[in-house]
Amino acid sequence: MRHIISILIENESGALSRVAGLFSARGYNIESLTVAATEDPSLSRMTLVTRGSEEIIEQITKQLNKLIDVVRLIDLAESFHIERELMMVKIKATGELRDEIRSMADIFRGKIIDVTPTTYIVEMTGSSEKLDAFVDAIDSDSIIEVVRSGPTGISRGEKGLHL
Amino acid sequence: MELSGAQILVQSLIDEGVEYIFGYPGGAVLHLYDALYQQEDIKHVLVRHEQGATHAADGYARSTGKPGVVLVTSGPGATNAVTGIATAYMDSIPMVIISGQVSLPVIGSDAFQEVDMIGITRPCVKHNFLVKDVTKLAETIKKAFYVATTGRPGPVVIDVPKDITAPHIKVPYEYPKQVTIRSYNPVVTADKGQIKKAVELLLSAQKPIIYSGGGVVLGEASKELTEFTRTLGYPITNTLMGLGAFPATDKQNIGMLGMHGTYEANMAMHESDVIIAIGARFDDRVTGKLDLFCPYAKIIHIDIDPASISKTVRVDIPIVGEVKPVLELMMEFIKESSTKPNKKAMELWWQQIAEWQAVDCLQFDRESLLIKPQYVIEQLYDVTKGDAYVTSDVGQHQMWAAQYYRFDKPRRWINSGGLGTMGFGLPAAIGVKLAHPDADVACVTGEASIQMCIQELSTALQYKTPIKIINLNNRYMGMVRQWQEFTYECRYSHSYMDTIPDFVKLAEAYGHVGIRIDKPEEVRPALESAFSMKDRTVFLDIMTDRTENVYPMIEAGKGHHDMKLRVALGSTTDRELA
Repeated sequence: MRHIISILIENESGALSRVAGLFSARGYNIESLTVAATEDPSLSRMTLVTRGSEEIIEQITKQLNKLIDVVRLIDLAESFHIERELMMVKIKATGELRDEIRSMADIFRGKIIDVTPTTYIVEMTGSSEKLDAFVDAIDSDSIIEVVRSGPTGISRGEKGLHL
Repeated sequence: MELSGAQILVQSLIDEGVEYIFGYPGGAVLHLYDALYQQEDIKHVLVRHEQGATHAADGYARSTGKPGVVLVTSGPGATNAVTGIATAYMDSIPMVIISGQVSLPVIGSDAFQEVDMIGITRPCVKHNFLVKDVTKLAETIKKAFYVATTGRPGPVVIDVPKDITAPHIKVPYEYPKQVTIRSYNPVVTADKGQIKKAVELLLSAQKPIIYSGGGVVLGEASKELTEFTRTLGYPITNTLMGLGAFPATDKQNIGMLGMHGTYEANMAMHESDVIIAIGARFDDRVTGKLDLFCPYAKIIHIDIDPASISKTVRVDIPIVGEVKPVLELMMEFIKESSTKPNKKAMELWWQQIAEWQAVDCLQFDRESLLIKPQYVIEQLYDVTKGDAYVTSDVGQHQMWAAQYYRFDKPRRWINSGGLGTMGFGLPAAIGVKLAHPDADVACVTGEASIQMCIQELSTALQYKTPIKIINLNNRYMGMVRQWQEFTYECRYSHSYMDTIPDFVKLAEAYGHVGIRIDKPEEVRPALESAFSMKDRTVFLDIMTDRTENVYPMIEAGKGHHDMKLRVALGSTTDRELA
């Protein structure tokens, strides 16, 4: 099953490699990983998407917690949460295609953020499934480049992941 | 007080109460060695190879419970230390390893003797630190000792760039009395409800078994385990790492379990209905094939490391906490409980165990004209009255030492269990002897293992650590040969060394006493004479039966109930190796 693990980690050099190294050393898979500093500059927040059986996910969270630099973590998949991913797609846009892509972007609530005589760049945020659906809806021959951030997420309600 | 980085490092170690540093100098740590030269509180032990330094510090740590301290230079000094660091990591041994590093401005430029020590050691340390600011040095050292010695212990590396230790940069020094790390909270209080549940399950068991490991030794809970076991009257089996935590000579102890454990211990595990695992981690050498592991048992698991719980074997009642307070609380609940161990069931269970014991799985040919390695260990046990510190290397000799030297006290059996590091025994023995100068220290080894760190014989002379090396010389890498005999149709691929040195001459060349023993009747007198030479390191090169195998054995892919036993005794003199 797919899990989104959100990690609060010391913002120190090498902290990222401890997490990445743990996954490769123990044979866990990482589907995506995003990292950035938080409102507290001494902390980074990592959002990691992984897949595995319940046993594997349990081991992953335990092993992550064992890392000295990891302050706290939650498995977002365990409770109500919101998940977003950012995508930018560069698409060939000439002739009739220009209108078609613009309306497609509208349907998916995307924005065209760059225009040249032959291309558009569409920016879109949403769940990973929605982004997949947009990419699938565009003729694959027209797609020049797809850039995705990997999902990040936050739990709903009053609870939050902090010190 | 204003001190240079090098002085701060040395003073911090003094303030931490460090007695010995095991190390080897080099370019990146010259400032540090200069600071060491100018003090007398800490004794530095100069090894002959950095691997030896880590194993010696490890032996010191295992035999005392205090952290071992290592100092090596950058580059090759650091990489040579890695095997020893990984050895300590696998067995959760507290160590602090200080490695020199090239100066901060040249890090990353492929400078002379530069290696990414933080990157290299990341997977085999509990934590590591790169010191980037001399004003943080003392605090970092305190943190390193704190992390290494608390919770589930382990090695911690501090990588110190040369410019951090420069003599001309002086900063105020104060060693922190204590330190906290917000992301590290090693103190865990076990859940009382879980403990109560576990006690009720234990007391209602019909075929219970206590399976205890190295965590009991590390957690200094041997006394509590002994009381707990005796109160219940249940059988107990120890892992390789847990030997000595409960007296081997006690009737309730049914021996080691696992691949070369006793028949009775493994059978009892297989047939049991309740297992309580105490400070043990269900290692693959213990469990055999997981699908076949303890099919009828409910499992209670006490461990300080939550990641150890349900890692390979699902447990029914997990208890995360330090072994000692958990056992104390269990004792209270046992006394309070209205349920008492089922006498009738226990009688039947012990009867069953006695039947398994009657198989006499550790029998060997006592009439042999060749020296049986098991006989040597029995004699060693007898001559040292079971009270020696015994280190070992890895292989057949290690298993025989574990099977035939009956350890009644914790911290007496010093071996590389998890990583299985050949070359561990000799330097470890030096570390043990330094910590326990009045005790008998024996290193049980083989002619292959001993050569992996043989250079430390020189260290043993320099620091006058009179240890006794029991070299079970079978002219084979015995364990490799045994597997080749069993599973590769006797194709002994590279498990024999054609050129084995004359160990007597070698020992003498290093300034020690060397004795070669060829006949069984020479074994006892030689051991007696070796241990009577209180101030000499003695190398006993004992020519053992080269065809001998370690029995019993759980072969790969088999379960506890499916052990390979010694078939027939007979004389092995007529058993030729193909």
